[in-house]
Amino acid sequence: MHTFIHGTGVIAPYLPGKDNPLPAPDSQPRLRCIEPDYKQLIDTRLLRRMSRVVRMGTAAALTSMKDACVEMPEAIITATAYGCTEDTETFLTKMIVQNEQMLTPTAFIQSTHNTIAGQIALMLKCHAYNNTFTHRAFSFEHALLDAMLLLQEGEISNVILGAVDEMQDTRFKILERFGLYKRAVQQGPWGDPAQRDSPGTIAGEGATFFVLSTSPPAASNICIKDVRTFFKPGDMQPNILAFLAEHHLKPSDIGLLLWGKNGDARYDGVYDETARGLFDTNPVFSFKRLCGEYPVATAYATWLAAFILQGREMPAGLLPAGLQAPGHVLIYNHFYNIHHSLILLSAC
Amino acid sequence: MEKPVWIGGVGMISAIGNSVPEALQAIEQGKSGIGPMRWLPSAHKDVFPVAEVKLSNGDLADYTGMPCGITRTALLGVAAATEAFKSIEHLLHPTFKTGLLSATTVGGMDKTTHFFKEFLKNQSGGRLRNVVYHECGSPTELVAEKLGIRDFITTISTACSSSANSIMMAARMIQHGMLDVAIAGGVDALSTFTLNGFNTLMILDKAYCRPFDNSRNGLNLGEGAAFLVLLSESALKTMGIEPLCRISGWHNATDAYHQTASSPDGIGSCIAMRGALEKARLQPEDIGYINVHGTGTVNNDQSEGTAMKQIFGEKMPRFSSSKSFTGHTLGASGGLEAVLSVLALKHGLIYPNLRFSTPIEGLGLVPETHFQTGVDIRHVLSNSFGFGGNCTSLLFSKN
Repeated sequence: MHTFIHGTGVIAPYLPGKDNPLPAPDSQPRLRCIEPDYKQLIDTRLLRRMSRVVRMGTAAALTSMKDACVEMPEAIITATAYGCTEDTETFLTKMIVQNEQMLTPTAFIQSTHNTIAGQIALMLKCHAYNNTFTHRAFSFEHALLDAMLLLQEGEISNVILGAVDEMQDTRFKILERFGLYKRAVQQGPWGDPAQRDSPGTIAGEGATFFVLSTSPPAASNICIKDVRTFFKPGDMQPNILAFLAEHHLKPSDIGLLLWGKNGDARYDGVYDETARGLFDTNPVFSFKRLCGEYPVATAYATWLAAFILQGREMPAGLLPAGLQAPGHVLIYNHFYNIHHSLILLSAC
Repeated sequence: MEKPVWIGGVGMISAIGNSVPEALQAIEQGKSGIGPMRWLPSAHKDVFPVAEVKLSNGDLADYTGMPCGITRTALLGVAAATEAFKSIEHLLHPTFKTGLLSATTVGGMDKTTHFFKEFLKNQSGGRLRNVVYHECGSPTELVAEKLGIRDFITTISTACSSSANSIMMAARMIQHGMLDVAIAGGVDALSTFTLNGFNTLMILDKAYCRPFDNSRNGLNLGEGAAFLVLLSESALKTMGIEPLCRISGWHNATDAYHQTASSPDGIGSCIAMRGALEKARLQPEDIGYINVHGTGTVNNDQSEGTAMKQIFGEKMPRFSSSKSFTGHTLGASGGLEAVLSVLALKHGLIYPNLRFSTPIEGLGLVPETHFQTGVDIRHVLSNSFGFGGNCTSLLFSKN
């Protein structure tokens, strides 16, 4: 059974369009989302109470529903590794500074990881299935798996699936101390991460939502075929071959490999070792040059794969030369060589 | 006919004991785990009673064989998951696909709070080793590595229904043939973050909580962890063990009424309970016992009780809230109560709802107040409802 994409809603550092510049870091090694005018999408009274990550998530979810012409979802599933950091920080700070006295509930209420999924349900008065996965760089993959299983179970016909993580200043500062990000940032658009040879990456963020269904939409035949996660797998080659074989595919059938190179010289070699001998001649693109590194970046990659499979226009020279209608796109990501994942999309 | 999903083992740690036998003994003796705060470093130490696990981090580290500097969330998780896993570990076949599905609301927040105090003074302050386990998935991975589970590792966070959802996901993955064995449940350690959060909502009782009593005035927070071993039919046969029971139904629904409060008519809980019955192809009168969510807040018990009356009418099954023993353990509560539901079914036990005297006005529901053994129960319903309107009911049935 295939899982078709009926609609999408994306807030990201980059969306393809002829006037949209390629994303560039500012004074810090991070790519920031280009945010829409939320007032067009969300009631201003609600908007005032929402933190940035909740705005991003609900706006992307509502956009995906409009795109799919779905008014009431039959399930809402979200993924977030970081959760609602801004409200968590607000409450934690006041709690410490005010010695646990005179606190107000709003930030606490909106600090839980299921805030976005709950908020969407509340706005729509949707009593359906509602779940949130929060397992680091498996969060989106497992939310997608849950969505695919629900659709296979056959009791519902559509699912709203989304992944949201924001890079907020405090989190950036703390993760920077762990040595995750590059020390020096060059001006101008971030080039292909695959060509960088220093430690650290560039932080990213995004909200990516999909409306999924088992029936094909009228205008498209793009489907998500499968998703798989691997915890500290060591050699990924046998896993990739077995995964493709389950779908009667060989590495040479993959028209485009979207891999998660993030420019960190300490970890990007894992991609080269894995691809060597499997994907030597396949067109390859590093999707993180468009979205930066964050735990649910594979949701953006999934959106990008669907965009390319639909044959929609990308800026000249961005994608690998000679890329034809790819047929099958494989997303291969690893997060610090701990969390590895594969997502397969096809024109069915 | 749907593929059965069996329960092959259970493990729990909470304020009423560090293992399943200790918990059952405490319940039989009517000993609640709620008491004055001892380990949680809070300004409200003398104000709010809590249900702490009666071990320091050092004791927990010794008990679990883990380093004591890690988050208490992981220490509790390892304790309960190990108890569940050790009952079947030696029977695992090398071809089995084994998963760990955990749940938590605040992950390593206990350690993050220490870090953040120093970080607020100076952004280069605070030891990174105290913030490295902050993310919800992090304690799960420490548990997975301790047990040696690699095939599937995930974490769910849907507030107070978190571990009911991880158990539901595990059951579904087994039905889909994706896993043979799943260790599923959840964990939360007490944190000043959560305590203060619930205090701002004015739903913490300064006295011991009184679920389903007319005088109820809030909940007591607790901590703990609980995991169940879920097995496929073929794994059960290969292992040749007697299952405790099977998980026969589950349903996840949303109240969609308010971010933190439940609707007066309990629409979300009503859909969850009805859905679980439907999934198990059972009628309301088949249910022998309900382990209710029963937090002891004015709002929850009114809402849940109203939903129960809509479904069960005048033929209300026996029911009680084990939160009168364990406190509300948030992300662990669905797991703890699933373990207690399994044991109720297996051993014919009914747990008392402590400190009940007067039924809620207008509802008139009377929970069980005495520990009973040898009761013939065929099916047990376990409810877990949370912030964000997340409602999940699980149903366990005799073989």
